[in-house]
Amino acid sequence: MPDHNLGIQRTAPVEQRTDAIQAALDERGLNATEAVEELSHLAHEQWVPHNGARIVARAWVDPTFRERLLANGHAAVAELGVTMPKHHRRLVVLENTPAVQNVICCTQCSCTAFTIIGLPPDWYKDLEYRARVVRESRTVLKEMGLDLPREVEVRVWDTTADTRYMVLPVQPHETIGWPEEKLAGIVTRDGMIGVARL
Amino acid sequence: MDGMHDLGGRQGFGAVRYTLNAPAFHAAWEVRANSLYAFAVRRGMFNMDEYRHAIERMEPRHYLAASYYERSLTSLATLLVEKGIVTREELERRAHGLFPLAAPSAPGRTNVPTRERFQPGDHVRVRTDYIPGHVRMPGYIRGKAGVVVSESPDYPFPDAHAHAVAAQDEPTYDVRFRTEDLWPESADAALVYVGVFQSYLQRDG
Repeated sequence: MPDHNLGIQRTAPVEQRTDAIQAALDERGLNATEAVEELSHLAHEQWVPHNGARIVARAWVDPTFRERLLANGHAAVAELGVTMPKHHRRLVVLENTPAVQNVICCTQCSCTAFTIIGLPPDWYKDLEYRARVVRESRTVLKEMGLDLPREVEVRVWDTTADTRYMVLPVQPHETIGWPEEKLAGIVTRDGMIGVARL
Repeated sequence: MDGMHDLGGRQGFGAVRYTLNAPAFHAAWEVRANSLYAFAVRRGMFNMDEYRHAIERMEPRHYLAASYYERSLTSLATLLVEKGIVTREELERRAHGLFPLAAPSAPGRTNVPTRERFQPGDHVRVRTDYIPGHVRMPGYIRGKAGVVVSESPDYPFPDAHAHAVAAQDEPTYDVRFRTEDLWPESADAALVYVGVFQSYLQRDG
């Protein structure tokens, strides 16, 4: 009976598939719904680019912190109360200069230092960015609005293991002397990914 | 596995759909899907390597058409079924429709016995290995030469960790490659740094 089978042959919408998993786990007493509330809160309130922005601003105003940050990112961000998941065992901070542009990506999935620079934006997870940025970095950056002078060296970092990367952008000249808090306000997530200059 | 997920350097893709201040989520279910998988990892139902591998095992047609969070959801469901926590029938009954899962896994492997310690500045070459299970070596560096720039702490070896195979943790090396070596005369000039597990590397010259 084709008509009878039609409904069950269709793939369920993703919302319903999500509901199904959540309900199945709840029924087993695993309190998935409670965990979803807690983790959603973390995603919206804690895993935000402002964490990274505070780190960048501190590095701009405090040369000794900058040194510690470049030597051991993991330990340095902890000074500002920023933590990383247990499986991220190392943070590498990549210093941009007028002559060097660092860019981060994850070609095989979409790994990021999400507790620091925030959960990755949609385009970072898209097939286009993952496929192209390692091979056509300069072209991709230009398409995204960052037209680098020819003499700037591009360094692309592919997050293939559980070491995490963040870019330390160049401080704009006109902001030298600003208080730390105001500086944090100009640091963007895209700047810490390396697809934009500030 | 040389799967559809291994996108680095593939050609034919169009412009990045870039917008300023792009969101991480577009719908409430995406936040839930992300939270549910994180919850399962936190509860020890599976580890991150199993999670990544179950995404990679999705049928290529499904993988390419699915959004990021649908891939996440598919991996979560696949692992919950494989580990006997739920059945596919229950999920489909609750979802009122089909619930596509990832394809079965091939066997994993343990560390390479001849792996060695490297120092920054060492010249290395990525082994020409073809691994049917989980592997974190992007295809574009297979057989390619580069220079070690730094060493990480020891991590679980993904090729084993995704398959419940016993193995020692091992370091990764950030290795610097040149695009002209990776894709001769067919790439923008740049340096590409990849975190490469010790087992994937051999000394070069």
